[in-house]
Amino acid sequence: MTNHWIDIKNSDCILIMGSNAAENHPISFKWVTKAQEKGATVIHVDPRFTRTSAKADMYAGIRSGSDIAVLGGMIKYILDNELIFKDYVVDYTNASFIIGDNYKFDDGIFAGYDPETKSYDKSKWAFAMDSKGNPKKDPTLQDPKCVYQMLKKHYERYDLDKVSDISGMSKDEVIGLYEAYCATGKKDKAGTIMYAMGWTQHTVGVQNIRSMAMIQLLLGNIGIAGGGVNALRGESNVQGSTDHCLLFHILPGYLKTPKASQQTLAEYDKAYTPVSNDPKSANWWSNYPKYSASLIKSMWQDDDPKVAYNYLPRLDSGNAADYAWLALFDKMDAGQFKGFFAWGMNPACSGANSNKTRQAMTKLDWMVNVNIFPNETMQFWEGPGMDPEKIKTEVFFLPCAVSIEKEGSVTNSGRWMQWRYKGPDAPHGLKPDGDIMYEMMHEIQKLYKEEGGVYPDPITKLSWDSIATNGVFDAHKTAKLINGQFTRDIEVKGKKFKKGDQVPSFAYLQADGSTTSGNWLYCNSYTAKGNLAARRSLAQTEEQAKIGLFPNFSWCWPVNRRILYNRASVDLQGKPWNPEKAVIEWTGPKTKWVGDVPDGGWAPGSKYAFIMRKHGFGQLFGPGRADGPLPEYYEPLECPVKSHPFSSTLHNPTAISFADEAKAVCDPKFPLVGTTYRVTEHWQTGVMTRNQEWLTEMEPQVFVEMSEELAELRGFKNGEKVIVTSLRGDLWAKAIVTKRLKPFIVQGTTVHLVGLPWHFGWTWPINEKGESTGGDSANILTPSVGDPNTGIPETKAFMVNVRKA
Amino acid sequence: MHTNRRNFLKLSATAAVATAFGGLGLGCTASKSQMADRVAAMSPEWSKQTTTICCYCAVGCGLVVNTSLKDMKAVNVEGDPDHPVNEGSLCAKGASIWQLANNDRRPDSVMYRAPYSKKFKKVSMAWALERIAHNVKKTRDETFTRINARGETVNRCDGIASVGSAALDNEECWAYQTMLRSLGLVYIEHQARI
Repeated sequence: MTNHWIDIKNSDCILIMGSNAAENHPISFKWVTKAQEKGATVIHVDPRFTRTSAKADMYAGIRSGSDIAVLGGMIKYILDNELIFKDYVVDYTNASFIIGDNYKFDDGIFAGYDPETKSYDKSKWAFAMDSKGNPKKDPTLQDPKCVYQMLKKHYERYDLDKVSDISGMSKDEVIGLYEAYCATGKKDKAGTIMYAMGWTQHTVGVQNIRSMAMIQLLLGNIGIAGGGVNALRGESNVQGSTDHCLLFHILPGYLKTPKASQQTLAEYDKAYTPVSNDPKSANWWSNYPKYSASLIKSMWQDDDPKVAYNYLPRLDSGNAADYAWLALFDKMDAGQFKGFFAWGMNPACSGANSNKTRQAMTKLDWMVNVNIFPNETMQFWEGPGMDPEKIKTEVFFLPCAVSIEKEGSVTNSGRWMQWRYKGPDAPHGLKPDGDIMYEMMHEIQKLYKEEGGVYPDPITKLSWDSIATNGVFDAHKTAKLINGQFTRDIEVKGKKFKKGDQVPSFAYLQADGSTTSGNWLYCNSYTAKGNLAARRSLAQTEEQAKIGLFPNFSWCWPVNRRILYNRASVDLQGKPWNPEKAVIEWTGPKTKWVGDVPDGGWAPGSKYAFIMRKHGFGQLFGPGRADGPLPEYYEPLECPVKSHPFSSTLHNPTAISFADEAKAVCDPKFPLVGTTYRVTEHWQTGVMTRNQEWLTEMEPQVFVEMSEELAELRGFKNGEKVIVTSLRGDLWAKAIVTKRLKPFIVQGTTVHLVGLPWHFGWTWPINEKGESTGGDSANILTPSVGDPNTGIPETKAFMVNVRKA
Repeated sequence: MHTNRRNFLKLSATAAVATAFGGLGLGCTASKSQMADRVAAMSPEWSKQTTTICCYCAVGCGLVVNTSLKDMKAVNVEGDPDHPVNEGSLCAKGASIWQLANNDRRPDSVMYRAPYSKKFKKVSMAWALERIAHNVKKTRDETFTRINARGETVNRCDGIASVGSAALDNEECWAYQTMLRSLGLVYIEHQARI
């Protein structure tokens, strides 16, 4: 989230699209309701009428996967009706930038496309540059090649008829949504978006979110109270695990994983340190070498970072298609991996195409699974269709402590790092994950020290004991190292520090090995002032209290800034656009900024607002994405139509897919759109919740929800057991016949959509005979296709059929 | 921690009664004596209170945990009234965390399945860690790539992959990525990718 949970109360219009917040983030609705009570309009756009819809002022049903039609139409509506927040758009976005002559867009394809590699040469999308090497601009927004005019041109196709025709939303619903939301393009109005996996799990997932980010920029809704782009993250520490980058392409703090072509730290730093020739651009990533050196120094403290850079593994490419989740399991299925860790995860049920994932595991020599309860991953070898006598995989299942039995921090969706204390002892002497991994790596380190091995230096020289005290994992010591320490006596910015002192904030980090910092974004969280994540003070100034900022409760990255991009919440003189809900305000050269921690302390107008961008502006035109600089409409890779009204390019031409896996496009065997979702009482693959009687009493088994019309057509009865099938596999489910789903009229044809929760798995719950009573994972149905930028699988829109059991 | 004690005790007494009923499942009624025991067990005289954050979605609701000083088991878990995000309220999952910890389904030992075996057997953590370490070393040494096909130094282990986890604490996530990257792994993925 650019903003945070409490801040939702400051909004005038809350669009919930791609999320069912009331059921999946129930406590978020406390703040949605507070806004609504003060007059805010709440809009829910979703394939299914949920409890979120029931609370909303306006609900519109949308065919899953057609969001960019609706959002592209909204961009057109804003531009046609001149609803932009003009000063904001000119001063803070790249609307005025001139696009270079190589840029083209023709029938769904951008310039630079190579059908062989299914990828773009992004250099074709570059901005036109002036003699100083800065983008050419036209602040009047009249130049036909400026971003603003190019947006108008690109989205002129997205008229109401086409939007309604492909999305299944009625024209009245579309207009109602546009009128209500676009009214927030005024100085004193704020609109916000709450989205979740309903937007990310598509082959156009990134562009779904970019479309909305562009709308927010056009309406001046980024950086302000009650605004922003807010991802409702689904795991207690998925924000933290992303920040610490348990992902192939990034290292802690969103630094890049080195590539093979970057043979030295200097080459690596050069590749990722952007250069701006404009003195008004803060270009914050110019500090990259300080963060990379401090990270390397935190891992290998006895080595010069230049040497220890060689200890980090290097990728052959940065492509999700080569390394991300879908590629990982495809390569596992092809036999590439001998060993596998599934740590705090149940991939046998959680990713797309579960049958493929489960089959892939049979190719492993060994697997380590750490979890609270037994699950489908550790038991895969005895699952449906498996013959244990033919499966070689050696399996280690290490049970661990639960959250209330250990100490450490988690980071919520609003980027609040919150400290947890240990309550009860774990039963049976079970240990926290941290203890297990510390002991495991200690054992590996010992082996390499004793026996040697291939390239042992990264292991033998690792400063592994810096996360433990007396041989036991120490969360405080680790948190201090993540913050960072000085490695020698040094003076920085006129302040003297001793070796071992905590670094006060990332502004003090150095590129020469004189500082450690396991994650620069968390530098400032554990300082000489102590463990700031553990703070519980509700104290705030009058201005802060107006918007519920709570700066003294827990700690928030970066440097306790509660609302990101907040320099865009004020005009060029530092006056808040909306003084009633000020985030920051410039009070003069002596007293400077009040309110939130500003996005850089410079005087107003002296630096551009979007400090993380090279040129300093919010990117309406975004030339960095894999699938185009502007969001464009494409159908899901499995879809019920042969064509769509925006171009003759049916699918995202850069989407990740495997040629040998068939897809159902207008396939009469799979005529129904399928989607997946969650229920309040269960969580993820259900490992933690299926084992709790209180929760399984309420939601005992997998179901498939369908409209009364479809049930009538096919003769299904409410509560009847049915079989849901796709090209990948099938599973049984209880039919829930409901008014919550309605058929869509798409291009004049009736399209039915069914939905299933994905919380179930064959191992538990079971009856007295040992038979599964909960059913299996809905991911048995979902395809191995994904977004070209992130690699996230398209598990929200695919094609299925339903038949009698 | 410093919870507003007066509010906390007031709230927890009410919640204890609700939890006592909830814990009995369908078809059971709580006897008065059971309820009284439960409330009494939450007295600061017999239990300690700690704050924590819910382990489910990323709203990050605050919880207060009461732990019996006698057996160090959780007596009660409820919403933290002083937490500014949830102000004491919880959803069905958050309100069930007591049962996540106090649960007969939790294994009492490490389990091991040998190749081609039809069952798990119980083994000690020490045995498992030693064997895992040997497996990791063997696989890493066999599959390590010093130089790629283009002749560039890459120093990576292509024979081991890892998934997980957003369920770990920050400090564990950092330690885990440190462990995996020092081993040379590049196939590192987790919940954020799906």
